[in-house]
Amino acid sequence: MRAAVISFPGSNCDFDMLYALQDFGVDAEIISAKQNSLTGFDAIFLPGGFSYGDYLRTGAIARFSPIMSAVTQAANAGKLIVGVCNGFQILTEAGLLPGQLLPNATPGFICDEVALHVANGETAFSSAYDVDETILIPIAHAEGNYFADETTLNKLEKNGQIVFRYVNNPNGSAHDIAGIMNEQGNVFGMMPHPERAVDAVLGNIDGQNFFKSILSGILTKV
Amino acid sequence: MYLAKIYVTYKPSILDPQGEVIKAALKRMDYVGIEQVAQGKYFEVKLNAKDVDAATAEVESFTDALLINQNTETYRFDLSLVPDEVDV
Repeated sequence: MRAAVISFPGSNCDFDMLYALQDFGVDAEIISAKQNSLTGFDAIFLPGGFSYGDYLRTGAIARFSPIMSAVTQAANAGKLIVGVCNGFQILTEAGLLPGQLLPNATPGFICDEVALHVANGETAFSSAYDVDETILIPIAHAEGNYFADETTLNKLEKNGQIVFRYVNNPNGSAHDIAGIMNEQGNVFGMMPHPERAVDAVLGNIDGQNFFKSILSGILTKV
Repeated sequence: MYLAKIYVTYKPSILDPQGEVIKAALKRMDYVGIEQVAQGKYFEVKLNAKDVDAATAEVESFTDALLINQNTETYRFDLSLVPDEVDV
């Protein structure tokens, strides 16, 4: 499996993501947002950070960077697209995932480790977790308050597109949403950082099964 | 040249936590009459266009595409004719 980690100006979790992927034996490399091709990659990761300084709105400027046409093309071709934190914000701004991440309901940056409930354990991003499992994953964001209109939320619920939910909602997200996927099940975004919970030396390995899910899905397909 | 003054606000149904915090502070400062505070964004954009209709269409197009997120935000704008800037 070959994976691309997109580095936008202001990304700061790109190397964390690269490290996690390489830890699982993935042939991963950093690709600049100024590039315009993603040919040959099976999975594309949009990492956390503050792309373009979070100017205007989080992800609003990044979605127009040159690489994003290639990301959209890859998404339409059924490749796996994963956005974490700022990556999630970019995917919603780009319209690849529904809704928007608003400023936290209680304004301010939250840096914490929170419990997530695996709401759908039968996705390319969660299949290695047990159904209804509760996991602990770090969060670090000021704009993580997931918003979508009622129609969209009902659709997400009905289609099982909500993959992870907060056990104790930290930011005001509608329906306690921490991570969602598109209807086709190949584009995924979450605010928490599974790539920061893969190494026992850091005291938390609850993110490992996130990467194992993605790997097993892709290896089965190939 | 045209000058567009664009005012972006949340749609009324959207929670505006920053506006709420500012309102709470104003109340603590004894501005007892405060009913509501909405925090928005303000842009000034200068653009060249052949007439006011073309300028209006351009402003609407780029505001929808970039300046706002239509999920949660709305806007209004004023357009005025301003003297062309002269390169010195």
